[in-house]
Amino acid sequence: MFKLKNWKEVPIGGAVDQPGSAMENKTGSWRVERPVWNSEKCIHCLRCWVYCPDMSVNTLDGKITGINYDYCKGCGICAQVCPEKVKAITMQPEQ
Amino acid sequence: MAKIVATTGNSAMAYAMKQINPDVCAAYPITPSTQVMEEFSKYVADGVVNTNLVTVESEHSAMSACIGAAAAGGRVLTATSANGMALMWEMLYIAAGMRLPIVMALVNRALSAPINIHCDHSDSFGARDSGWIQLYSENAQEAYDNLIQAVRISEHPDVRLPVMVCQDGFIISHSIERMEYLEDDEVRKFIGDYKPMYALLDIDKPVTLGSLDLQDYYIEHKRQEAEAMKLATPVITAVAKDFEKMTGRAYGLFETYHLDDAEVGIVAVNSAAGTIKEIIDQYRRKGIKVGLLKPRLYRPFPTEAYVKALGHLKAITVLDRVDSFGAMAGPLMLEVRAALYDLPKRPVTIGKIYGLGGRDLEESHCQYVIDELVQIAASGKYRELCEYITVRE
Ligand code: SF4
Ligand code: SF4
Repeated sequence: MFKLKNWKEVPIGGAVDQPGSAMENKTGSWRVERPVWNSEKCIHCLRCWVYCPDMSVNTLDGKITGINYDYCKGCGICAQVCPEKVKAITMQPEQ
Repeated sequence: MAKIVATTGNSAMAYAMKQINPDVCAAYPITPSTQVMEEFSKYVADGVVNTNLVTVESEHSAMSACIGAAAAGGRVLTATSANGMALMWEMLYIAAGMRLPIVMALVNRALSAPINIHCDHSDSFGARDSGWIQLYSENAQEAYDNLIQAVRISEHPDVRLPVMVCQDGFIISHSIERMEYLEDDEVRKFIGDYKPMYALLDIDKPVTLGSLDLQDYYIEHKRQEAEAMKLATPVITAVAKDFEKMTGRAYGLFETYHLDDAEVGIVAVNSAAGTIKEIIDQYRRKGIKVGLLKPRLYRPFPTEAYVKALGHLKAITVLDRVDSFGAMAGPLMLEVRAALYDLPKRPVTIGKIYGLGGRDLEESHCQYVIDELVQIAASGKYRELCEYITVRE
């Protein structure tokens, strides 16, 4: 967890003056189910990447490389949109 | 060189806005401030200002557009009254919370119902907790001077809060008085260029404004807002000093009239102060030591300064042109009375509600107040903590 700033340290009025600073706040901790991606089944159609509301599907050169569990909230959308005949993502309970 | 003119409070505010020449003005005209926008839009149409005038469909939109323009990095002004300001309500808090230096010309008017277009202070006093600085003006000259100073106060790096400049609807807004205008370049020099702290249009320094702020940071931002209000008091004094250098007209946190050697005193904002001063002169001629404190500031409330100025009195009557229904007394009275509480020997402080919906405060009402104060000073006892005056009983 990053350190919370005091009132003298934060920019006034709730301004966010560091673009992308939401990265500091890892939001994956409250996930109850995690998507597990099977690289062998995946056809790299990128549907999961398009639909993930938290930009938590990692890609490289147009191919899926895995799930970013630091931010994935476990909503299951990726598993839902993965094509019926492929189903490369399964939701599994967090331990 | 000052220009001496005979004009109304509304024209004076419109003229100040012309001289300030803001980047953006978004407004929706409402009585009794209509004339401010009517005249300002003429300045826009005539090309004597560079302002982008946004004509909107409601006051809620007016304040929203002001917020957008201020967040973009512009110098922004607007004008309104009463129900117009009431419709801006949620946006008032957002302007202050986002720390946007917006300046509002507020022509005080009663809130409906029953429908009434005349003066009282229920609009601005109702907004006392919104985070806006409030400057009060006795006459057109003060409204004009306050509006120009408001720009500097609001944009000061320690402050960055919106400011409303209040004057009494009709009594001042529509009456013609003698007053002095500054030259355009004097005003421009006095207010200087505006340097926004965060501007959405500054693409070299990208920022997000107005984002979600929950349990982990909201109170930190409110603490900052409270601090800005605290720091506003010395800024207001410093800006007034500079203004005095330029104009010779002295402003402070309040004005006093025969207060130093007074035994009893009245506290009242805006135009009522003019009438009260007249009656004080009458009583002074009779040897009665009565004085007046006319607050220029309601927010921030400069507690220490008020206590210093009022602490020596035996009795005080605070006049509120607004009621806080069901409260112990009017809002200004409660705050003045609470401020004096820590004094070892405190003045007896009572309140009167007067003038709602534009009812005149007449000579006889002021005499009634002073006669009662003299009795209280002698006996140390009051009859009623707060009562309505100027009403038919
Ligand atoms: S579970 Fe939801 S948040 Fe996590 S990767 Fe899938 S779509 Fe994204
Ligand atoms: S939706 Fe399924 S098949 Fe398509 S890229 Fe994602 S995991 Fe692979």
